[in-house]
Amino acid sequence: MTPATVDTPGQDIGTDASQSLTSAVMLDGTDLFCERDDRILFEQLNFTVSEGQVLQIKGSNGSGKTTLLHILCGLNDSYQGSIRWYGQAIETQAEEFYGALLYIGHRVGVNKVLTPLENLRWTCSLQQQVSDTELYRALAEVGLRGFEESQCFTLSAGQQQRASLARLLISDARLWVLDEPFTTLDAGGLSLLEGLLRSHADAGGAVIVTTHHDLRVADLQQMTLG
Amino acid sequence: MNKQRTSTGQAFWATLQRDLLIAYKRKNDMANPFMFFLIVASLFPIGISPDPERLAEIAAGVLWISALLASLLAMDNLYRADYEDGSLEQLLLSPHPLYFLVLAKNIAHWLVSGLPVVLVSPLIAYMLNLPSESYMILFVTLLLGTPVFSLLGSIGVALTVGLGSRGLILAVITLPMSVPVLIAGTLAIEQTSNGASLSGFLAILGAMLLASISVAPLASGAALRISVN
Repeated sequence: MTPATVDTPGQDIGTDASQSLTSAVMLDGTDLFCERDDRILFEQLNFTVSEGQVLQIKGSNGSGKTTLLHILCGLNDSYQGSIRWYGQAIETQAEEFYGALLYIGHRVGVNKVLTPLENLRWTCSLQQQVSDTELYRALAEVGLRGFEESQCFTLSAGQQQRASLARLLISDARLWVLDEPFTTLDAGGLSLLEGLLRSHADAGGAVIVTTHHDLRVADLQQMTLG
Repeated sequence: MNKQRTSTGQAFWATLQRDLLIAYKRKNDMANPFMFFLIVASLFPIGISPDPERLAEIAAGVLWISALLASLLAMDNLYRADYEDGSLEQLLLSPHPLYFLVLAKNIAHWLVSGLPVVLVSPLIAYMLNLPSESYMILFVTLLLGTPVFSLLGSIGVALTVGLGSRGLILAVITLPMSVPVLIAGTLAIEQTSNGASLSGFLAILGAMLLASISVAPLASGAALRISVN
């Protein structure tokens, strides 16, 4: 198993170097190692994500992308190595870290019998106070106007994905961790989400995303697993 | 944009409301434990004897066992859907203490599956010819005991939610923990009809409830983390 490689696309090297001087490192992992069922998923994996950066994680199926995201979020603790949030161990500042983290997994966290509105209200209120006007506006912006009150099992997979992505519009979390957010989206959804990633990075937030889609964002870092 | 964080209390209420809302929208599932309780309890007079004297003897035990089985039947809904649709990950990643969020889910679950059983129990007690002075005791002890079933069952469900085929494993984990409550509950009804004081039994059941409120959600939370891991 080869060590994971981190590469920055050529045209971005200049901006990357100058930006990392000015912007703080938000999340960094050192010497990460993870083994599952006697198979090494990754070893000696190092990465840093700074404010304003998008880190794209690539890799073939089963190469451990989702596992890595789970590890970063603290959902999975069967790994070795250290992950630090603004230079300090996450356990020492868990409340701050989880207050600043927005995670949308492969399973998007949308309950089937509830409506997009009710789903969004609950997931948002786990972190921050939110008004109904904001919820309606966010759902309209992701293209679910008129579907706010339909139960989610009547919606398509792409619409459910959009319902979960509406959180990105409301949340003020600084770190977004998204697992394959593009899979079920149509062309309109792709450009919408890409726009969201771009404006989040411009506002000084950071994104860690697994996808094979070619992202068009300014400060892109890529990492390939496996 | 700097929005205000929710307090833990607000997150607690939001979770409680959400789970009640889900239960309301799945009315069929909601009625299951209740109907199960009615059916099991009504089978005893048919299977054993319709003789009022004999029924009065076993009534307390029948009611408690039916309540326990009904709570076990309802347990599976508690985390399964959340595990499958990813809501559980959101719950675990909340900045609020998991204890309160799990407690909110357990309370919602008891309100939906336990409370209806408690409310209908005097009716079944009448059918089983339980002495009328025991109705109040039955009601109060079930009110204290069924939340313990929910809280303990939650640990078992949290441990097994990640497993593909669970079969009887939930019952094997949960029932031994629930037996002390069953003993205390049935004894309370039998002994007080023989003239014993009720306060001691209420104290024991109350202590069991308090202990499980303070410890069980922590255990469920830890078990959920393991299941997602």
